[in-house]
Amino acid sequence: MTTLPMGNPAINEELEPHERYVPGHHWRNAQDEMEAAKLGMWLFLATEILLFAGFFCAYTVFRYWFPENWHAASRHYLNWKIGAANTVVLLLSSFTIVLAIRGAQTNRKPMMLINLFLTELCAAFFLIVKFGWEYAPKWQKGELPGANFTYGGHTVQPGEAAATHAGFVDSIFHVDHGSYVTNAYDHIFMSIYWISTATHGFHVFVGMIVIAWAMWLAAKGHYGPKHYTSLENIGLYWHIVDIIWIFLFPLLYLV
Amino acid sequence: MSERHDASYLAYKDGFWKSIWAWVYTLDHKRIGVMYLVATLLAFFLGGVFAIVLRTELWEPTRTVINDAGQATVTGQALFGWKENGEQVTANNAYNRAFTLHGTIMVFLFIIPAVPAALGNIFLPIMLGAKDVAFPRLNLFSWYIYVFGSIFAVWSIIHGGVETGWTFYTPYSTSTNWGGVTSMVLGAFILGFSSIFTGMNFIATVHKLRVPGMGWFDMPLFVWAIYATAIMQILATPVLAITLMMLVFERTMHIGIFDPALGGDPVLFQHFFWFYSHPAVYIMIIPGMGIISELIAVNCRKRIFGYRAIAFSSIAIAAISFLVWAHHMLTAQTAALNAIFSALTFLVAIPTAIKVFNWIATMYKSSINLNTGMLYAMSFLFCFTIGGLTGPPLATLAVDIHLHDTYFVVAHFHYVMMGGTVLAFLGGLHHWWPKFTGKMYHENTARLACIMVFLGFNLTFFIQFFLGTQGMPRRYATYVDEFEWMHKISTIGSYVLAGGLTLHLFVFIQSLMAGAPAPKNPWGGLTFEWETDSPPIEHNFSHEPVITHGPYDYDTEYPPHCDPREWPLPDQAKVAALAHH
Repeated sequence: MTTLPMGNPAINEELEPHERYVPGHHWRNAQDEMEAAKLGMWLFLATEILLFAGFFCAYTVFRYWFPENWHAASRHYLNWKIGAANTVVLLLSSFTIVLAIRGAQTNRKPMMLINLFLTELCAAFFLIVKFGWEYAPKWQKGELPGANFTYGGHTVQPGEAAATHAGFVDSIFHVDHGSYVTNAYDHIFMSIYWISTATHGFHVFVGMIVIAWAMWLAAKGHYGPKHYTSLENIGLYWHIVDIIWIFLFPLLYLV
Repeated sequence: MSERHDASYLAYKDGFWKSIWAWVYTLDHKRIGVMYLVATLLAFFLGGVFAIVLRTELWEPTRTVINDAGQATVTGQALFGWKENGEQVTANNAYNRAFTLHGTIMVFLFIIPAVPAALGNIFLPIMLGAKDVAFPRLNLFSWYIYVFGSIFAVWSIIHGGVETGWTFYTPYSTSTNWGGVTSMVLGAFILGFSSIFTGMNFIATVHKLRVPGMGWFDMPLFVWAIYATAIMQILATPVLAITLMMLVFERTMHIGIFDPALGGDPVLFQHFFWFYSHPAVYIMIIPGMGIISELIAVNCRKRIFGYRAIAFSSIAIAAISFLVWAHHMLTAQTAALNAIFSALTFLVAIPTAIKVFNWIATMYKSSINLNTGMLYAMSFLFCFTIGGLTGPPLATLAVDIHLHDTYFVVAHFHYVMMGGTVLAFLGGLHHWWPKFTGKMYHENTARLACIMVFLGFNLTFFIQFFLGTQGMPRRYATYVDEFEWMHKISTIGSYVLAGGLTLHLFVFIQSLMAGAPAPKNPWGGLTFEWETDSPPIEHNFSHEPVITHGPYDYDTEYPPHCDPREWPLPDQAKVAALAHH
């Protein structure tokens, strides 16, 4: 056994993993590597914006054609209170993930872990509200694009819906189905609502997975003032998820 | 680091399974590039088989390959997989399947990844003096995504087939019941991510891994071309992804955005689709243009004319490419919109012509080394110019009404894609073959194959311009008798073309099995890849290279590893006289 040179941080067991970090073999220094990783992340965020631009574009076209139908469908099918609650939660989570990155920069592990956990909680809250209070009731009421909700509108059976979970949610928010007359293009509004919020929800879900991964790395001491690249990139990703929701919320709920 | 990194990147690792694993889980950009090359060449072969089936079917005005009952007389049933689920496919459906599969495979599986992901992967980092791309793991991941997407696409051939054309236009793609459409669209969706990740990787590499001292205008023009391509890949591909996703939702859940029966708008799909696919056409051609810049500069042994103009014209094409998508719908829009998009389309001719004139100016009064790569570069100039100049007639509103969806469009498209990108790709393959395989190929046989490809290609497609102007619509399996002689010429040409490509295959196999070892710098190039070994070592260079000259300083530099007596510098008096010219 040869003795390890203590001067080499890469193999000094007494140091935390983030202090021992060495860049990949093809990098000249850690600074270049981090800048490249961030550049790559920004490019990825550009692709995300263009991905959602497809939904926004379809939304714009159909809203331009059927503005009144859009207004009526938004008022009837969506509840702005639920959307607003989710907006607040996501904004809060963007703040907590920034605090987590600050924790890494200032070498405060508890701050980092607590804030990552809070971010995870906010994301979970968002998805629970999304599925439990929006998707599930709409599913029960048949407000899905497809066989029972196509061109020319659909018919609601208030008696049927009242006994279900959907009826329970409606009763909380005092939704009255009796006064609504369906419109020809309701289903396209709802299609865009479903595919854009579901795609966004999928991004939130992916965000929860990568934040969990970041928590694991943080707990093992991989993030510190000198190395927190992936944490910062996850933060950037989380902000874009937040920003996309900030556009989706008024466009869908507040028309 | 106990492992050796000074051996060739192709070197055999000890043990059979270890060697396999070293390829399956390689992070080396050169190995990943070679894997891309093999995969794309397989796709090229598959797409080529369908092309030959199509041309054979068009040999006679009536049925040739596929008879009226929809049964193949030459090709096997397995190729089209009809009678699946007891459905009787008509002859026209079988023909539709063949051209759709030719188109989708050639576009999504071959041309888009061929130059950037295969040749670009191998040479972009070396040309920058880097050890690897910025994100090696992402690079490997994108190859696996490519394979995964390709499996979807090929599976759709076996499972029912697709007959919408490679553009998947609605409402045809939403209303047909063939099972293949959904899986083919999903395949293209997945392939898009591979393209995006490759583009991200290359942009980060160009920004962050240039060797110290290498400025933006010291980069080889191939790198500039790949960079412009990567920008388009990143900005355009997500739009295709979301479009194809909506198409899948349309087919599976009937969301009604594109389906007119549900109140949707099928032309909206075309806008979405071409917002990606028009830039995609330049994603296909610009890397080819980058190869041509290298081929011409190296083989003419001359400083390239208008370096900055060529570099910026790539970026200009990338920028304009996002503004012309609606020229695919010139027959279906208002006059005002048409006029705008027609004018924007004419703009593309400017940067393209800048490139062509610069290449010709580089060749002027140079001592040309007529190897296979240079022959391909010259073929490219000839064919691409024809392809380019037949673009403006299609952008002219009145003429487009007549030419829309005819063989004129088919010929134009193939002159820029096959006569442009594929010829450039083949030229680049020969140019860099000695470098990445370490073996020389048989020059004269390759030259003969190149001439066969050139003649066969022109024989196949030139006549199609006349077919188109006389009214032969694209995508028809049968036609009136008057067109028969033209179609026969075209089909004969396609066989010559196939023969030339087969000869190339033999040249490559012969080279791999019995080729002479390649010198470090067979063509006398000045860029970094010619300074390292053939094939390069695992870390590309034994020492970080030092940039001492520009990529095309042929008037002041002797090529590395070459005998200066065989590579004389140009006569200074002659250079001075030319400068006054």
